[in-house]
Amino acid sequence: MQNLRVIKEKWVGRLMGGLTVFTGLMVLAVALGLYLKARPVLAMKSWGELLFSRAWYPFKGEFGFYPFIMGSLWVTALALLIAIPLCLLAAIYLSEYASKYVRELARPLIDLLAGIPSVVYGVWGVLFIVPLVRNTIAPLLGTTSTGYTTLAGGIVLAIMVFPILIHITWEVLGTVPQEIKEASLALGATPWQTIKYVVVRKSLPGILAAVVLAFSRAFGETMAVLMVAGNVAKAPASVLDPCYPLPALIANNYGEMLSIPLYDSAILLASLILLLVVLLFNILARIVLVRMERRVQ
Amino acid sequence: MDKRKIEEKFFKGLMILSLLLIFSCLGLILVTITVKGLPALDWAMLTQIPRGGYYLGKEGGILNAIIGSLYVAGGAAFLALAVSLPVALYLNVYLRKGSRLAAWIRFSLDVLWGVPSIVIGAFGFTIMLFFGLRASLLAGIITVALLIIPIMIRAMDEVIKMIPPKIVEASYSLGATRLETAFKVVVRQALPGILTAILIAFGRGIGDAASVLFTAGYTDSIPNSLSRPAATLPLAIFFQLGTPFPQVQDRAYASALILTVLIVVISLLARLLTKRFTRHIVK
Repeated sequence: MQNLRVIKEKWVGRLMGGLTVFTGLMVLAVALGLYLKARPVLAMKSWGELLFSRAWYPFKGEFGFYPFIMGSLWVTALALLIAIPLCLLAAIYLSEYASKYVRELARPLIDLLAGIPSVVYGVWGVLFIVPLVRNTIAPLLGTTSTGYTTLAGGIVLAIMVFPILIHITWEVLGTVPQEIKEASLALGATPWQTIKYVVVRKSLPGILAAVVLAFSRAFGETMAVLMVAGNVAKAPASVLDPCYPLPALIANNYGEMLSIPLYDSAILLASLILLLVVLLFNILARIVLVRMERRVQ
Repeated sequence: MDKRKIEEKFFKGLMILSLLLIFSCLGLILVTITVKGLPALDWAMLTQIPRGGYYLGKEGGILNAIIGSLYVAGGAAFLALAVSLPVALYLNVYLRKGSRLAAWIRFSLDVLWGVPSIVIGAFGFTIMLFFGLRASLLAGIITVALLIIPIMIRAMDEVIKMIPPKIVEASYSLGATRLETAFKVVVRQALPGILTAILIAFGRGIGDAASVLFTAGYTDSIPNSLSRPAATLPLAIFFQLGTPFPQVQDRAYASALILTVLIVVISLLARLLTKRFTRHIVK
């Protein structure tokens, strides 16, 4: 006769296994749920029209996402342009030069930066970055601006992706074997040359993965961007134009979307587009990172 | 001086400058929020719910949002724990090291972690409509739980992975089943890490606005049942900032300060727990 303990072990185990598989399938459930809800608008319009039309008139049933997609791409690209050089240099310093004391100090500070809620970043953007753009940067460039611009969104987003960029790059740089660095130093290379020709080259795929993850984090960031980017439904032509990224569109329209036909479907399609972009980028980056991790082991 | 030496010095300087710039951004954020928020902060904000005309600058506080946020994040952390602990244990105790299923699940969770909270919010909204729920505390809890489950599982997973196999093997050799080993040995050994994981997830849940925007609703009273809407702190900040009245905007800064302090306290607590709570740990 089977022991009660063994029976318990087996059945509870099965239950836990079921739960595990369920959580593993959650991403697919999210995608499927959004797709089902977005189907009505997909049935009416072609993907081409939805993605490339500039006409956004929900009342007339015209849903062109082009201005919002461009808005998202502009702020995200700007954020990465600012964040990548700073974070790469900082991560290299932390990994290759910094004393133990500096590292121990840096880790919790980076975690703290990562933990600040996006609304707080938004408030700070309104208090600090927006006036900075309005009173200092715009006059410097010879124009006037309200401050609620793509640039303000880009700067705030850049700070928000600092932690993820530094964290992953730091980790990736740490996987470069010590022997290779020592070999380079032994040949007479300076530490910087070693970094330039050996360390960075060796960890390039991982650094790229970090950049891609930062991109998808910035691409989906909502509240902070919503609060500082200006939200005008027109593709920006310069960094001092306001822009209206996809997540802001979703967040701003949840209240009224049930009253206009197809509107809710269009908004959920926007979420689906966001999800698909982020999923694609995440999957690519994670594959690279998993490979690198395996190399170390 | 040698050109290489100059290059070395130049880039080292640049690196230090970058690092300082990054940390000064953090400092700037904390200082700005404190300087702007502190003058508007008073006892009434923490202890009262909004009175009539609060959003026009009259009396009241944001107790509704503070309590609402604690309810939503607390409920979500509890629900997420009920899912995460069994999953983290299953991944490490039931599945063998190097199991394909485990690798696949971890990958899927990492990807889920990357899904923006606004998308999770929109998904929560579709689920809500599907079940005929209204914007409520319950819907908010479920959505935030969805958001923090991957964080919690992966954080627990990392700690449980670190447990020396010797301890687990000792438990097996005494005749314990995998289930007994999981809950009586592994959980105890990983307790500080598990608590930290819960706190990290709780902190993430309390600070997130985009996921509760669609699902938890907003109200000026403190929710007294799961089916009532609940105000949350991030949304309170957002709405107060959106009003045209300077006094109310000042309160948004004060609310942002409250939220920031809450987050800092939670993360300090998480750090402390990692050091303490090592009573049951075999070293």
